[in-house]
Amino acid sequence: MGSSSPLHRVHEAAGAAFTEFGGWLMPVRYSSDLAEHHAVRTGVGLFDLSHMAEIRLKGSGAAEALDYSLSSRLSTLEVGQAKYSLMLAEDAGIIDDVVVYRLAEDDFLVVANASNRDAVFPEFVSRAQGFDVVVSDETDETAMVAVQGPKVLAVMSAIAGFHAADDLETVGYYRITRGEFEGVEILIARTGYTGEDGFEIYVPVAKAEALWAAIVAAGASVDLELCGLAARDTLRLEAGMALYGHEINRRVRPAEARLSRVVDMDKESFVGKEWLEQHTEPSHKILVGIQAEGKRSARAGYPVVDPGSMEPMGEVTSGALSPTLGFPIAMALIDRDHREVDTEVHLDVRGTMIPARVVALPFYRRRKD
Amino acid sequence: MSDVPAHLRYTKDHEWVAVGGDQLTVGITQYAADALGDVVYVDHPSVGSSISAGSIVGEVESTKSVGEIFAPVAGEVVAVNQAVVDDPSLINRDPYGEGWLFKVTGSDSDDFLDADAYRQLIGE
Repeated sequence: MGSSSPLHRVHEAAGAAFTEFGGWLMPVRYSSDLAEHHAVRTGVGLFDLSHMAEIRLKGSGAAEALDYSLSSRLSTLEVGQAKYSLMLAEDAGIIDDVVVYRLAEDDFLVVANASNRDAVFPEFVSRAQGFDVVVSDETDETAMVAVQGPKVLAVMSAIAGFHAADDLETVGYYRITRGEFEGVEILIARTGYTGEDGFEIYVPVAKAEALWAAIVAAGASVDLELCGLAARDTLRLEAGMALYGHEINRRVRPAEARLSRVVDMDKESFVGKEWLEQHTEPSHKILVGIQAEGKRSARAGYPVVDPGSMEPMGEVTSGALSPTLGFPIAMALIDRDHREVDTEVHLDVRGTMIPARVVALPFYRRRKD
Repeated sequence: MSDVPAHLRYTKDHEWVAVGGDQLTVGITQYAADALGDVVYVDHPSVGSSISAGSIVGEVESTKSVGEIFAPVAGEVVAVNQAVVDDPSLINRDPYGEGWLFKVTGSDSDDFLDADAYRQLIGE
């Protein structure tokens, strides 16, 4: 059996149903996937993400080591700034997608997927050789919770025993600040995987249960909902965010997943650069959004079919009946000849051809005031 | 703990069967509904169609997964529940009542489990 969260007992007491994810037993839902999803879109939800891997790079060479190890230029991040990036293999296949936070001039936090921790950590250690940097895996000492949704600030300002170094209202999106909870140092990032405003909090495991309880208490007046991984999946899908193992994997390259924007070819050297320089022709496949008719959704692995020839021309990577939009949505890797918005396609849902069309990503974008 | 009403019969495919006269009412158990999560789509067999025992006659889909509905007996479909098509959440809220799926001609069968046997099947 794999790992379980430091909050496992709390979830059991709350009546969660569990699922195995990336080697961890995590809450898939507490009561209703849909209620949890809608709470994040219209109110606020609380997630346990302690399965995520926290890898720390410290030292005067940390920034350079990251520039070499990942696809983006991290050395230009300001202290307190975050960036989404990719770890590429030599052949530019995606080993993982990560968020990098610059905590100090010579101190970075990299948050990686649970399922890739065993690949990413040793890879960082090996790529960091020759740089003045110490790489450590802090996953087992760190709990991570996310508070997400339009009412997040009301909750964050009401957590007992909780202090942020900066006024959280002024902490911008993709920024991180330090804080304190019951005398212990924590990190508070304005990031998320839901398409809503929100914060992710990193706390030592010893204080995880107390922080969870304090957030639940702070959220009572705004009907904070406990949310599981099922809601997280439909939320990120609506927001058009890739999930490792679905939209991206070792055989998918950044341009195919439309992630070239996080690959900085101007950097002198990084793992995967040579391959990309030698392969400038666009790949035949590309990630698209698809919107279908009816209520029946395509799932990962279902064929995308050319309605003219009835030949398969791609495969769904994620799909669901969108709880927010009410129609089936999917992301798919398809033949790039069919990538234009409004191109008609069929989704082969267990033998039934469902009419659908290519649409722009994301499917859902929050209103910003 | 899932609710397993004593007056119903069950199949190993996590369906319940209510025997009444010469027809059976069929639905999915609370255990199955809980495992699926929120049901968002229901596909029924056609009224009047003949179905063979064990064949796939419908689907219930949640946001996360797809459950196939198997015919518990051979027979003719005499009614389907349109209410669960319009509001699939009835299956989660009231799986043994308003969340019924379809009615098929047929009678009790030795292949069905009683509530105790079904409880054992799901480990409760």
